[in-house]
Amino acid sequence: MPETTFLDSTELVLNMGPQHPSTHGVLRVILKLDGEKVIGTECVIGYLHRGVEKIGENRTYQQFAPYVDRMDYVAAVSNGLGYCLAVEKLLNIEAPPRAQVTRVILTELNRIASHLLWLGTHALDIGAITPVFYCFREREEVLKIFENYCGARLTTHAFRVGGLQYELYDGFEQQVKAFCDMFLPKVDEYEELLTNNRIWVARLKGVGILTGDECKEFGVTGPVLRAAGVKWDLRKAQPYSGYEQYDFDVPTGENGDTYDRYIVRMQEMRQSVRIIRQAVDRIPAGPIGKTPKVIKPATGEVYVSIEAPKGELGYFVVSDNSTQPYRMRVRPPSFVNLQALDRMVRGGLVADVVAIIGTLDIVLGEVDR
Amino acid sequence: MADEQNAEGSAPPPASGGVSEPPKQKDAPKPAAAKPPAHAAPKPPPPMAATAWEGELPNQLKERFGDQLTACSSYLGQNFAVVQPEAVIPVLEFLKLEADFDYLVDITAVDYPNRAERFDLVYILYSFRRNERVRIKTMITDAAQPRSAVPVHTGANWLEREVFDMFGIQFAGHPDMRRILLPEEWQGFPLRKEMSIIQQDNRWVRENLGIESGQ
Repeated sequence: MPETTFLDSTELVLNMGPQHPSTHGVLRVILKLDGEKVIGTECVIGYLHRGVEKIGENRTYQQFAPYVDRMDYVAAVSNGLGYCLAVEKLLNIEAPPRAQVTRVILTELNRIASHLLWLGTHALDIGAITPVFYCFREREEVLKIFENYCGARLTTHAFRVGGLQYELYDGFEQQVKAFCDMFLPKVDEYEELLTNNRIWVARLKGVGILTGDECKEFGVTGPVLRAAGVKWDLRKAQPYSGYEQYDFDVPTGENGDTYDRYIVRMQEMRQSVRIIRQAVDRIPAGPIGKTPKVIKPATGEVYVSIEAPKGELGYFVVSDNSTQPYRMRVRPPSFVNLQALDRMVRGGLVADVVAIIGTLDIVLGEVDR
Repeated sequence: MADEQNAEGSAPPPASGGVSEPPKQKDAPKPAAAKPPAHAAPKPPPPMAATAWEGELPNQLKERFGDQLTACSSYLGQNFAVVQPEAVIPVLEFLKLEADFDYLVDITAVDYPNRAERFDLVYILYSFRRNERVRIKTMITDAAQPRSAVPVHTGANWLEREVFDMFGIQFAGHPDMRRILLPEEWQGFPLRKEMSIIQQDNRWVRENLGIESGQ
């Protein structure tokens, strides 16, 4: 029998999750450790699998719309926008201008809400407890706007194929403007707390680097790709819903590390405010669009994707000329981005795994669908 | 689903009976009554009204792959190429290395149980440089084991695992061909058309709760 001492290092397999506060839901990561160093991971996912794609095949186009809100539930408006655009493309129709501008406002508000939730929980994971309260305080204002508009705060189902669910309520513009005025100083406040905070910088700089080439290799999109220096945003590259009419920048990073991803998302919130301010001033009068009573697209297939807060959210819809989709494929950004986790944590410290899961900004409802 | 199919199956006889008696059409309510069965009759849907995809890239593909390229089409402004199963990986390689389609957006499948080549395998690609999207489609049989795209695009790993999980398509040469979303012991492949939601629910309730599902 070989003699071993406590100094001999052996591989340690550590199970993290699914019930773990920093896995943002029910992600299970099996870590292979050499001391504190991560030498391999395996993600176990599917705990929230509800068979959204199968449900899609068994519902009519209208009936399926609320289900998409339950995928990325912190950005339900984005999910709904992507779905509506996909079905509209299949029908070869377009929402009227009033509906399009309203969609942009609500989607950008939702991007802010999603980024706020990310910021709060990401900071909490790393040990900064205060930001989560601040973030939820401001997120609440966004959710109030959603509630006033459609009665729901989280799973909004705000849009309909062909336009909007409801006409805008009285005082919508004022409330949105007031939010924008209130919100920008708050972003400064978060940045004051974090951006130059020594602990924050020490925990994030150089952690979980993913280069632009690696992002493309894995199909990683969204803020993670932009933080690696690739200036690519679907709102600019292939504009939809009239995004080409708005003046905004695509923030990028340089190093592709966790800190850059933080900076990029903070900048994106500012850019979203910029878009919202332009949009609120130009909500045109006119119809908000009428949902076709029967949605029965001609036989065919389309792939439509949008820039969701997490990355490229795509819908591949196949129609067989009936009222139900023949195939409803969702291309979820979180699922694809999560695949790069292994590459990002390998060789790093076990404490950084938490920071990297947070910076990927995944929502398990979307990973598992 | 089963009930609907029965209704469809029983519907055609009255419809054809109505057609064989043209004089009766004068009665006002008759055509309206005859309409639903005619609508429900199992008529194959019209095919996709795709047009030819013209341009430099389809010409390059045709030149390079010849007979292995079945069609280059465009539907609602979205381009796709249909290729033979064995040509998929060479086409992906060609597109990645020589046409800058360096981002594999998605891999998915569509099930057509009544077709000899049962599955459509769909690869969605994007090129950052050209800002262009293209879909590569191929038709494979139930027993076919298409080559894995992981050597070309690392990101294909989980996407192919999901296709396997949902459709039971085995990818040859995949580094880790296991289920990804469903538990290892799951029976069947849920996105195949013969797996109805009710049937899966009934079985799950029976096996796990020991009672009959009320669905």
